[in-house]
Parts: sequence; C-alpha cells; structure tokens
Amino acid sequence: MIVNMIDTFIINALIGGALVAAIAGPLGCFMVWRKMAYFGDTVAHSALMGVALGIAFDSENPIIMIATCSSVALILLFLQRDKRFSSDTLLGILAHSSLSIGMIFISMMDHFRTDMMYYLVGDILAVSTTDIYTITLVVLLSAISLFFIWRPLLSLTVHEGLAQIEGVKVNLIKIVYMLLIASLVAVALKVIGVLLITALMIIPAAAARTVSNTPLQMIIFSSICGILSVVGGIFSSSQWDVPTGPAIVLSATVLFLCGRFLLRAKA
Amino acid sequence: MSDTSSQLLRLENVSKKYKKNIVLDNISFSVNRGETVTLIGPNGAGKSTLMKISLGILDVSSGEVHREKKISIGYMPQKVMIDDVLPLSVSDFLYLRPNITYGDVAVALKVVNLSHLADQPVQSASGGEMQRILLARALIGKPDLLVLDEPVQGIDIMGQQEIYGLIAKTRDETGCGVLMISHDLHLVMASTSKVLCLNRHICCSGSPEFVKNDPEYHAMMGRPMEGIAIYNHHHDEGHDHKHHGHGASESDSKYD
Repeated sequence: MIVNMIDTFIINALIGGALVAAIAGPLGCFMVWRKMAYFGDTVAHSALMGVALGIAFDSENPIIMIATCSSVALILLFLQRDKRFSSDTLLGILAHSSLSIGMIFISMMDHFRTDMMYYLVGDILAVSTTDIYTITLVVLLSAISLFFIWRPLLSLTVHEGLAQIEGVKVNLIKIVYMLLIASLVAVALKVIGVLLITALMIIPAAAARTVSNTPLQMIIFSSICGILSVVGGIFSSSQWDVPTGPAIVLSATVLFLCGRFLLRAKA
Repeated sequence: MSDTSSQLLRLENVSKKYKKNIVLDNISFSVNRGETVTLIGPNGAGKSTLMKISLGILDVSSGEVHREKKISIGYMPQKVMIDDVLPLSVSDFLYLRPNITYGDVAVALKVVNLSHLADQPVQSASGGEMQRILLARALIGKPDLLVLDEPVQGIDIMGQQEIYGLIAKTRDETGCGVLMISHDLHLVMASTSKVLCLNRHICCSGSPEFVKNDPEYHAMMGRPMEGIAIYNHHHDEGHDHKHHGHGASESDSKYD
C-alpha cells in the first residue's frame, strides 16, 4: 500500500516534470536566441502574484496564473514604448515588484500558512493526477501553437525588420510567444518553482547548442536534455533526500558541462 | 511622366512628422520597371524613414503612396549580425522568407554565386558574402521591386563592384525596379538611372551626371564644388579604401 503510494508520487512527478521540460526546452531555445532570459525570470516572478490571487479566490484554476503572467508580459510590452528606460531596467522593476507583491499577499493570508519555499523552488512530488491533466493540456496546446508560429518566430528572431517587411505579423507572433511563456510558467510552478523555471528553459537549450547544427535539432535536443534533467533530478532527490527543483536544475547543468567537454574532446 | 503600366511605386507630396519635428517634407518620386532609383543624403536626412514609407510599413502624415497592386517586394536590410548561439545554415537563413521552397533558395544562391556556402553556418560568411546572401534573400521569388538599404556598407571596393554588378544584372534580366539607399554617389553612378538627394526634402534629382554637378548636392554633402577638388576628394577616398581594404580583400579572395 505504502509502496504503491510512493510509486504514484514518483510516476506523477516524472510525467509532469517530463511534459513541462519537453516544452520548456523549445521555448527556452527562443529565449536563448533572443537574449530574453531576464524576461523569462520576470514572468516567472510574477507567477507569485498569481498564486496570491488564486489563494484569495480559493481556486487552483491555472487560468488565474496564466492571466496574471500574461498581464505582466503585456504590461512590459506597453512600458517598452517609453524609450527613457531600457528593457533591462523595466524588467528589473516588474520582476521584483511583482515578486514582492506576491510574497506580501501570501504572508497576509492568515488561514493559509504555508512554506514559501514551496513556491520558490517547487515541489514536484506534490503533483497530482489533476495537475497532470492540466499540464498535458497546456503543453499540447503550446506545442501546437509553437508548430504554427515556428517559422515566423524564427524569422523575427534573426532579423525583426526583415521579417516585418517580408510580411510576418511581428507583434502578433511576439505576443503569442509571450503567452506561451506565461502558460508554461503557470503550469511549471508546482514542478520547479518561480525561482528556477527559467533555468529549466535556458540550461537545456544551452546544452543542446553544443551538439546542434540546425534550429530544429537544437529544439529537439533541448527537449530531450530537459526530460533527462527531470529524471536525473527526481532520481537524485529520492536517492540523497535533497530538494527536487534544485536537483533538476543541477542535473541540467551537469548535462551542459558534459556537452562542453565532449565537444572539446572531439575538437 | 512615364506610362503608368511600368510604374511600380509612386509617392506624391509625402510628408512625415513626429510631433512637431518634420522628418520628410513634400517628397514626390516614382520607380519604374527596369530602372534604378538611388536615394542619397547625409545621416538624419530621412532616408530610412522614406524607405519604410515606400515599403508600406510606416504611415505618412500627409500625401499619397501608390504601390502597384500585387507586386512582390524583395528587401535587403543594412548589415545583419546573427549571433553564434543560433545554429543556422545559409540555406536555412534564406528559407526563413515566407512562402518559398528550398528549390527557390538554391536558385537564389546560384544567382549570387554562393551555392558552395549553402550548408555552411551563416555566421561563417565574410562581410562581402553576407551582403550577397542578403541580396539572395531579396531576390528569391523574382520580386518586381527590389529595395536595398545601403547594400555595400562595410564592403571593400571589389566586393562593392560585385554587388552593384549583381543588382544591375538582375534588374536587366528580370526587368524589376530598384530603390536603393547609398552614401556614395560616386559608387552607384554607373548603375543608377535616377538620383534623389534627400535632406528632409528633395534637394535635387535627376541623372547621376546632372546631380554630381548640382551645387545643391555639394552643399548638402558638405563637399567642395570645384571640379578639381571633387576629383581630389574621390581620389583620396579610393586611395584610402585600397589601403584600408587590402587585408580584407586578400582574405576575401581566399573564400571565393
């Protein structure tokens, strides 16, 4: 009985984590190509506001989270029109303000005493079967969307002006991409937490770069690398009783370093 | 006015203002099939703004832009830098253009004599090769109108001649119209049919020979008017380029 329960925990964790990693890799590739890592961080930090809202409405509906993250992303797009501040500065303001708002609100909920650590680094072993359904749905929809915007998104990544003149709806594609990031953050919160989500996007993508010759290869390898990191992280966390989120991130880092050394050995 | 059937693009009394700042003032010109129109002007003259308006990605404050219906436009931007973090071959770079096939890509690469680079990383192309790759991307699908933004920036003299040669050849073979931005009248003279000197308004326009001797042109570019002085200046510049581009052209020829 107890053995079965543990098995379910681990299996849910593996499935949920692998699904999130499978889409985090490709979205992360674009983040790496477009030098938007800080943007990912900002959206992730704003997820804590989504958590607070969810608690306030007593709902676990991921739509609340997706809406919060998307709003922050769109606010950023709007603020970027003010050329007096660089995107970097604006991201810093948004990221830390929304993180602080989230933390204060969560701490104000008296009836909801919880460990803040849970939101910061996630708790993949708490992923329920319902969560798996939500994650599957979001990941599937994201994969389909990414398939459709793949070429225009790649084109505007390479050269925005050229893409626009060649007929790419630059702003629309950018908004879709931001919404994909926001959705991923919303479902990845439980798996890896607001502080580490960006790592699951950036590190597998960077690891994939060393072994890829085309954008498509890099996307596929980043997915694989992300899934391996999740498996490695869950395994080492159960083996040595360390927090799972950080273990996943470090597994990805090890893969990245292996790729580097393999490449150097080959050269 | 030439007959309208060969006219690809016509701007009539176009002005552009940003708040109180007048960037373009009452600009009129047209581009016909088979002709090259070159925009020349100092920094901040509004060349890029005018080009964006011609391409239809920027609205005018007043005036009218007529673009022949259903013409396809090939655009070549100024220098493009692609970060090494993106693994992208030359073919894949060209294939980013919407609604084309890899067959179209191969044809375009052949036109600019770069078929051998097809599978190489786009980042490994030299400056001159990169400009030819950009030209290839503009040429895919035989556009009716080519719009080129400083096509030879940062290229040595040999490379410049090659690119201008390719542009003129394409124009003569396909009968497309060309709208080009350039810094240097001297270099585009041989291949351009019409020159517009732009400094917020059109200072002067006409054949390159005519413009070259127009006092407005010299006033605008801040160059001395005397024939001999102009000669000296160009001589200096050519000389300078040779010195400057010597190493580059040697390494270029290695690739070719």
